[in-house]
Amino acid sequence: MSAMKQSGQSGQSGQPGHGRQPSESATTRLSRLLTMVPWLLNRQGVEIEEAAREFGVSAAQVESDLALLFLCGTPGGYHGDLIEAEWESGHVYLGNADTIKRPLRLGVDEALALIVSLRALVAVPGIGERDAVVRALAKLEAATGSASAGASRIQVLIDEGAGEEFLALAQQARASRRRVHLRYLVPGRDESTERDVDPMRVISFDAHWYLEGWCHRADDVRLFRLDRIEALSVLDEDGTPPETAQPRDLDFGVFMPQADDQLVRLELGPGAVWVSDYYPVESLERTPDGGVVIDLRTADTAWLRRLMWQLGAQARVLEPAELADEVRRGARAALDAYAAVPGSTGSAPVSG
Amino acid sequence: MSTKFNAADKTERLLNLVICLLYTRKPLPKAKIRDAVPQYGTSASDEAFDRMFERDKDELRELGIPLVTEAYDILFDDEPGYRIDRREYALPEISFAADELAVLGLASRVWAQASLAGPAAQGLRKLEAAGVERDDSSLIGIVPRVRTVEPAFEPVKDAVLARAPVVFTYRKSGTGEAATRHVQPWAIASWHGHWYLTGFDTGKGAPRVFRLGRIEGEVAVEGRAGSYEVPAGHQPSAMIRTVAVEREPRRAALRVRVGAGHSLRRQARTVEALDDTWSLVAVDFTDTEAFSDEICSFGPDVLVTDPPELRESVIRRLTGALGSGPGNEGADA
Repeated sequence: MSAMKQSGQSGQSGQPGHGRQPSESATTRLSRLLTMVPWLLNRQGVEIEEAAREFGVSAAQVESDLALLFLCGTPGGYHGDLIEAEWESGHVYLGNADTIKRPLRLGVDEALALIVSLRALVAVPGIGERDAVVRALAKLEAATGSASAGASRIQVLIDEGAGEEFLALAQQARASRRRVHLRYLVPGRDESTERDVDPMRVISFDAHWYLEGWCHRADDVRLFRLDRIEALSVLDEDGTPPETAQPRDLDFGVFMPQADDQLVRLELGPGAVWVSDYYPVESLERTPDGGVVIDLRTADTAWLRRLMWQLGAQARVLEPAELADEVRRGARAALDAYAAVPGSTGSAPVSG
Repeated sequence: MSTKFNAADKTERLLNLVICLLYTRKPLPKAKIRDAVPQYGTSASDEAFDRMFERDKDELRELGIPLVTEAYDILFDDEPGYRIDRREYALPEISFAADELAVLGLASRVWAQASLAGPAAQGLRKLEAAGVERDDSSLIGIVPRVRTVEPAFEPVKDAVLARAPVVFTYRKSGTGEAATRHVQPWAIASWHGHWYLTGFDTGKGAPRVFRLGRIEGEVAVEGRAGSYEVPAGHQPSAMIRTVAVEREPRRAALRVRVGAGHSLRRQARTVEALDDTWSLVAVDFTDTEAFSDEICSFGPDVLVTDPPELRESVIRRLTGALGSGPGNEGADA
């Protein structure tokens, strides 16, 4: 699975007992070989590294796959029956593999993973390539036949969400390479800010729309959730982001911790374990009660404080101690205020 | 004995078996297959070979390889023969234009992480194997991503596709009370960042919507695949919206510190200054727990005046945040 290449960032990495070292099953490898053969046949002379990237494995693995192919062939086992493979030069040449020159049909999960997301793309407001999506979808449905029959019962709805009033503007600014001016509510700090941004991408992630761009205030790439934009104006200025601006890898969420960010250790009860799926964690240990202890890195702890108030008894900060104190102090201040200001129906204040 | 060596050995055997069965025009009886695939030659006995061959057939079929069993010879029809139907095996010849491959590439990356991300990438590679290079340069500035972090996603998706009845433990949203539910799954849909299952709850005798994140523990199949029908024209999105949205909004009265609570002020029906420190803000909400999440995140800057259950939910969480965390009642240092 291609996700393996990011295993260094994944939640379970570095954990004793999680043994992420994949001992690949024979059928997983067979499945890759049956796809790799037609791919290579149509790209004679391709570099090993490129094949490795495409298949999400190491170059050494590609070489070992080729060595295995070399031993296989049509019945007889004579020289002329075997698959020819040559890769000494770092470029791959493959021959005598006619029986498996076509890729295997798409499996059920493969067909539906692509069809479900193409159908979702059709509905994305303002997608410029809708025509190409519709054409690709029609061809794919025709080619997959019964494998795609169940796809209509799996749906991804990305057409809805807050912040749509800015969606068209953001896309238009990106397409015409214009800088935008934002009045933006920083979610973690409850603070309204003004900034100029060179748009890079418009992203829908877990049903929230984001504008990703080069922020001139932060001098870095930032993600802005559209429903937290208070005002957006397209400026009459070139909005080409600097060459150093790299889009984020979104596989592990919209948060991108840096190595020198502060390390925070949290204990999460069973009802708050979801937090470890939503934020990139450095390490994760299960606790006997069904909860977890996680380490994560963050530059800004304001959002964490707010998260801790939300989670209540389901979570606590183990480290650093200052953050744990801040959480307690904030909760204490709020509870004191509740005690002083009774509710409209006079419900009794709860002592902490 | 190295397991790595064995896995490589087995891959070689399976690949030779696939090639052999694709190559043959006539169905091959087992004995011939044993001769044709060199790795079978090493099996010690007929029984060992039989067992190995049966397992191999099953594994190839699980990969979706159309291995068929046919009478080897009409005159001796007790001896079955095996082959792989080439036309059924191969992806039909389809050619995608560069822009179509670009959107397929985009579609394959919609699945962030785990679950369907692997199959999506593998499917794309098969489509690209034919030779056309996708044109990523024009890459669409829109990047939709969907996650499937719910552990129940995989088994529920499989049950939906197989139309297999399932049983699971489900925690209700309001009360938090957990109960066993018996369901005929109809469809799943991702909506507003959560996956939902629609289906017929056989225990309640009525259609129901379940949030996958509230399913606890195992999802077990408890009936035959294909043993019920999904209503014709079932629209999961419509059913989920009805359940999730159409609750009457209620009004909350909040004390919000001046200069704080920006997102609440944006949704406000009315804002009224109480004094130099506080505003009185009226906001409509539908889900008490979800709104309580939002309010708690402001800590001491937002206080609920009304309604009482919202106020109590917030106080309960803040009191919890004051304590010593999960499973450590009274152990505060």
